[in-house]
Amino acid sequence: KLLSFQEGCYKPIVFVDQMAIHFELEGNLVHKESDEGRRLMAKQAEVDDGGGVERPDNVAIKAAKREQKLTNQFNFNERASQTLNNTPRVRGPTGYISEVLQLRWLSKKYDLTDFNSGIQKMTCILFSSRMRLISKVVKIIERMVNQNIFDDVAQDFMYFEDASDEFRGEKGTLLPLWTFQYDKAKSLSVTALCWNHKYNDLFAVGLGSHEFTQQGGGMLLFYTLKNPSYPEFIFNTASGVMCLDIHEHLSYLVAVGLYDGCVAVYNLKKKTDQPIYNSRASSGKHTSAVMQVKWQKDDLDSNHNFISVSADGRLVSWTLVKHELVFTEIIKLPVIDTIPDDLKDVIPTVGTSLDFHKQKDYSFLVGTEHGKIHKGSKYYSSKFLEKYDAHFMNVTRVKWNPFHPDVFISCGWDWMVKIWDQTMKSPVFTFELKTSVTDVAWAPYSSTVFAAVTTDGKVHVFDLNINKYEALCQQKVVSKKTKLFNIEFNPVHPIIIVGDDRGHVTSLKLSPNLRKKPKVGDALILCIGLQ
Amino acid sequence: MTAEVEETIKRIQSQKGVQGIIIVNAEGIPIKSTLDNSSTVQYAGNVHQLLMKARGMVRDIDPQNDLTFLRVRSKKNEIMIAPGVKTI
Repeated sequence: KLLSFQEGCYKPIVFVDQMAIHFELEGNLVHKESDEGRRLMAKQAEVDDGGGVERPDNVAIKAAKREQKLTNQFNFNERASQTLNNTPRVRGPTGYISEVLQLRWLSKKYDLTDFNSGIQKMTCILFSSRMRLISKVVKIIERMVNQNIFDDVAQDFMYFEDASDEFRGEKGTLLPLWTFQYDKAKSLSVTALCWNHKYNDLFAVGLGSHEFTQQGGGMLLFYTLKNPSYPEFIFNTASGVMCLDIHEHLSYLVAVGLYDGCVAVYNLKKKTDQPIYNSRASSGKHTSAVMQVKWQKDDLDSNHNFISVSADGRLVSWTLVKHELVFTEIIKLPVIDTIPDDLKDVIPTVGTSLDFHKQKDYSFLVGTEHGKIHKGSKYYSSKFLEKYDAHFMNVTRVKWNPFHPDVFISCGWDWMVKIWDQTMKSPVFTFELKTSVTDVAWAPYSSTVFAAVTTDGKVHVFDLNINKYEALCQQKVVSKKTKLFNIEFNPVHPIIIVGDDRGHVTSLKLSPNLRKKPKVGDALILCIGLQ
Repeated sequence: MTAEVEETIKRIQSQKGVQGIIIVNAEGIPIKSTLDNSSTVQYAGNVHQLLMKARGMVRDIDPQNDLTFLRVRSKKNEIMIAPGVKTI
């Protein structure tokens, strides 16, 4: 419709094809029934009502008017007509609070990601409300990842029982499980192993060197079976660790003996990697390598104490008093007869191994470099009770039987493992293994089972109840030319750990034939009686 | 974040088969991630609700108990979720 000025009103005009427009003027008069006109009139009415009208009415009017509101034709784009913009890919770690806002904005836009198919992939998500709780959560995640990686090993550890043992007669096998290694300990050799009694999956490894000419630093590591790829605790020591012992009740206290003659006590609860006690400065410290340390029961003043034997031939008791180690000389190892009198004070008898009786804990055994084993008591400080001519060479380990009160085992470099009754001068059983025997251990589940390791990398497991003359299992568990130095049975699980001279600890599972529990009373007495 | 935590995260990331690791705060906002932004946001957003449900279920059955971790295994991969310990 066009406005006709002549008649002052809108008149409908017919548009014809041949119509030519001579003059066009954009006016500002709007027909009141057109859209625009209606809108303007509504606006006018609103302005008139501005003052004095009640609120609800006003709101109602406004709401009604909003419905009619049209979109701005100039810069409104309908959503359907927009193209999807992919969010810019920003790779690499983000991580600071200022970028959180950016992420919040980004979270409204989604992107199609393609998951790579193929090998199993793991994504780990941790939730934490505070920074310091993150360390705990990250630890859990690390263990979960390790559980996945070593899944087959973990299943074997828990459930595998070798069924072929039935057909093998009396022989058994050792199934290799995890191997524990630490790359910073590559040049060191394992010198000591100890299981934790409270936490049965935690064990301590002492690293140092057995060679006189290759002495450097040392390490004390703690591993758990739940995380085979990295140690739980790491302590560096100034000199090689030669022995260690974990307190039976307070499993966070660890006593360590070093090659330079120092003893130190570490507290695992403290975050520091320095020992809480160190015998460096104190008097009475050993002048030679400390070969064995053993925790004792708390003394009358409820102080913790431990006893150490060293290559300088002295047995010393160390008491933890407040902030220092107080030493008490227990006994000095007797010098051997072949040394002339005037040199008796100078040349010590090197003590190599120490063990305390389980029930009568005043009674102990000390092995020496000359192959003798001395039995002593904490109450007699002047002389030993008994001497056994055990081996021709170094006695590497002496251990009381955990069940039988009179029996102990010893092993040495002269290829022999001997089982003794403390009342008899000569051994009850003798076994010859083809190379130097470096360690021997009794099994915690049976009085007749023990295992020994030799320098040719073999583990020998014996059960006197089944076979008195030969081993049930003689298995090489490490690669060629690697020597084994330590072996320990886990107090609860049917596994053993062995330490070698490369700094690796290998865990092995005992097959059922090696784990037979004796049915009749005290099987060891019967074995010895029959001998 | 302490050096020890950073080192552990690096170790986990270097293990074979680990695609990425995301640390999320209690509100569900990721604060650190080794994946790209969009994946991070996608994971974090979806996982939060699931975790709340799982935790609620565990506590419902036994109020003294608490969720230690949650594994979601799918055909192609596995998502491992560990919630932080809530202090009272």
